[in-house]
Amino acid sequence: MTRWSDRFPDNLRARRIKARIFRIGCSVLTWLSVALLAVLIYHVTRAGIGWLDWQFLNSFWSRRVTEAGIKAGLLGTLWLVSITAVLAIPIGVAAAVYLEEFGGRSRVNRFLDINISNLAGVPSIVYGLLGLALFVRWCQLGSSLLAGGMTLALLVLPVVIIASREAILAVPKSIRLAAFAIGATRWQTVRYHVLPAAAPGIMTGIILSLSRAIGEAAPIIIVGGATMIFFTPEGPMDEFTALPLQIYNWTTDPKQQFQELAAAGILVLLCVLLLMNASAVYIRNRAQKSRPW
Amino acid sequence: MVTVKVTETTSAAAVTQPSPSASPPILAAQDLTIRYGEKPAVVSVNVAIPENRITAIIGPSGCGKSTLLRAFNRMNDYIPEARIDGGVTYRGRDLYAENVDPVEVRRRIGMVFQKPNPFPKSIAKNISWGPAINGFRGDERLLVEEALKKAVLWDEVKDRLNESANALSGGQQQRLCIARALAMEPDVILMDEPCSALDPVSTARIEDLMYELKHLYTIVIVTHNMQQAARVSDFTAFLDAGRLVEFGETEQVFTTPKDKRTEDYVAGRFG
Amino acid sequence: MASAAGSLAIDLDAKRGVRLREGAVVASLFTCALISILTSAGIVIVLFWEAAGFFKSVSLWEFLFGTRWTPLLEPRSYGVLPLVCGTLLVVAGACVIAIPTGLACAIYMSQYASDRTRRIVKPVLEVLAGIPTVVYGYFALTYVTPLLQQVYPDTLVYNAASAGIVVGIMILPMIASFCDDALRAVPESLRLGALALGATRFEVTVQVLIPAALSGIIASFVLAISRCIGETMAVAVAAGGTPNLTLNPAESIQTMTGYIVQVSMGDTPHGTLGYYTIFAVGALLFLMTLGTNLIADRVLHRFRETYE
Repeated sequence: MTRWSDRFPDNLRARRIKARIFRIGCSVLTWLSVALLAVLIYHVTRAGIGWLDWQFLNSFWSRRVTEAGIKAGLLGTLWLVSITAVLAIPIGVAAAVYLEEFGGRSRVNRFLDINISNLAGVPSIVYGLLGLALFVRWCQLGSSLLAGGMTLALLVLPVVIIASREAILAVPKSIRLAAFAIGATRWQTVRYHVLPAAAPGIMTGIILSLSRAIGEAAPIIIVGGATMIFFTPEGPMDEFTALPLQIYNWTTDPKQQFQELAAAGILVLLCVLLLMNASAVYIRNRAQKSRPW
Repeated sequence: MVTVKVTETTSAAAVTQPSPSASPPILAAQDLTIRYGEKPAVVSVNVAIPENRITAIIGPSGCGKSTLLRAFNRMNDYIPEARIDGGVTYRGRDLYAENVDPVEVRRRIGMVFQKPNPFPKSIAKNISWGPAINGFRGDERLLVEEALKKAVLWDEVKDRLNESANALSGGQQQRLCIARALAMEPDVILMDEPCSALDPVSTARIEDLMYELKHLYTIVIVTHNMQQAARVSDFTAFLDAGRLVEFGETEQVFTTPKDKRTEDYVAGRFG
Repeated sequence: MASAAGSLAIDLDAKRGVRLREGAVVASLFTCALISILTSAGIVIVLFWEAAGFFKSVSLWEFLFGTRWTPLLEPRSYGVLPLVCGTLLVVAGACVIAIPTGLACAIYMSQYASDRTRRIVKPVLEVLAGIPTVVYGYFALTYVTPLLQQVYPDTLVYNAASAGIVVGIMILPMIASFCDDALRAVPESLRLGALALGATRFEVTVQVLIPAALSGIIASFVLAISRCIGETMAVAVAAGGTPNLTLNPAESIQTMTGYIVQVSMGDTPHGTLGYYTIFAVGALLFLMTLGTNLIADRVLHRFRETYE
């Protein structure tokens, strides 16, 4: 009879070494990805920080580097995100309420469901083409803020719907039953109990989707956002530019100084996004603390 | 409080067996069958709930007690795959008739759930919301006070009516839920194992409360706790595997059950 | 009180006002939900309607199989293959970067990292995922390309490699997060069972966990590919504007998305063939991303292991 140690020759050393190499490999790649963020931020800051001043924030486009600024882009982005919010938030939340609370499991609702998740996977540039043909040409809105805002609203709508649905789904069923049991209709239950309870989650989702809209350049370019705008927009039918668009424009400029301006623009853009993300995290954490379930 | 000593009371109850229908039924199930998908949860149940009495529904877990209870105010509507055959009448009206609005039904037939489920709002708001959406015109403060007094919670919470209901203890929350149901001035209150999540002291208080309330309301309570059924109820229905095995005055059901299965269950020899 | 309720009890009928209000609410909510369907329909109709304008002048055959793409210059030629090739080159570059790294991140986070480490790594990856793509374009052009030129001096200013690398960085967080979820969904008992047989963590991960989570992992790769195909700004900045049928990553190329941006930045009047080309390219792009998304969905559902 063979002894145990003969049948299983000791191979543990080699296996241990392999396991260790694997572990170290995974960890190195992970920390490299983390370091990438640091490299990226360092690289952008080094190039752009010198250009960040009030003059940069408060000037229009110019051929001279020292006189150029992002005033039009900042205001354009502000307008765009406001229009997007006004359109996408009510429609998105309403659609989410319908799907979660009134939808049931009918064929139509399953179709809606699949449709929305497919829409979330459509590239943003395709939304730009939709906006160009539908809003700019067929509706004859021209390359206006309204056309841009509507395009971005369609773009973020699936994201708003999906995030709102998750927040609504997280509201415990017992609260709904409690309201039904004292003779509330479905809408009363939703209006007074489900939506208030889901509000922090919905808010977080909305902020994150709007921050996506702020960073989008492709659909804006397709819809016809201009780069050389020398006025502040006064109304939704005005022509416009946006911060990401100005960044793109400066990045592709052969002069290095303009590329540095792009970096300064990126710093502003990242600050805005950071603020929005921080507020989303804050809302989420505060809600988690006060939530009874 | 009534304590049933199974061995002592035998002959007296056995002789006088008033039919449950002695007082007029307020709720009645006729040949009621409820299925979840293909699986029947309640099978051909006929039962008449008498007015201004406490009726307990007992039986082993999974026997369809809660399903039956929820059929009485159409809460089963919210279980998508539930299918109902037969009927339930409330004061002679078919609850499942075409033009009956389940919302109207639930205004009159309230419900208290297994786990206390106060709204994450203030104590006062928990009470006043139901009447408010149903068009209550009157003194809201008085309404809140009245309901809380009826639920014997007033003295404990009168100084913090605007605080969140989530700050209350489990037992207090459950009494708040009862007060919330009472504020709608319901005709019937359905209670689905209202004490199963509570400690013994809170349980005792809720049982006392039920005793107080039965003069004003009809109460139907589902419980897995036989002692509780014996203590608080006037009538008892015993359900097994979705079928109504026995229905009668509580004393009779517990002391001289007519069915062997009831006897086994009541004596704790079931299964 | 009970008797008062008794007299009320006769009327259980639905009230007309309540019913109307609920009906109106449901109808308006449903309308909002319907907008998503209208959006989908709008995308399909717009793309194919405008592309039809293009295919009146150019045959589908020439479009799909022609090897020269010069729609704005004489002699005009409308073969989309160079653009598709450029897109695929970027996709390949991105996958080479993102798939191993993303999977390694997921394995590290789900198997090795402490909670504290996770709390650092996860938000960092989320931030990487949230950075606008035009920023990655800047990063590619001003950091990655000079770096590549140091290593391989023949690299052009605009080149497929640096675009591929930054797109890879962009999709890395998505792969990491999806794979992390997939690995975590494997029941703990399976892992413990393998460990109890004397397997090392490496063997457990590679021979037990990854096969068990394979459908989720593959689906995340496919979804990432779909994102790469549709990715626009980074490639528009870094990859260049010359539609080349080449496999050399050091050369300048143009992707489908890059072409659409180039036309939109320029001055191509409505109604010209040049204007219609962007819809033809857009329709092809849409079909490619839709196809990959559907494949990912199929992979996820078809091959999902179910655990009790």
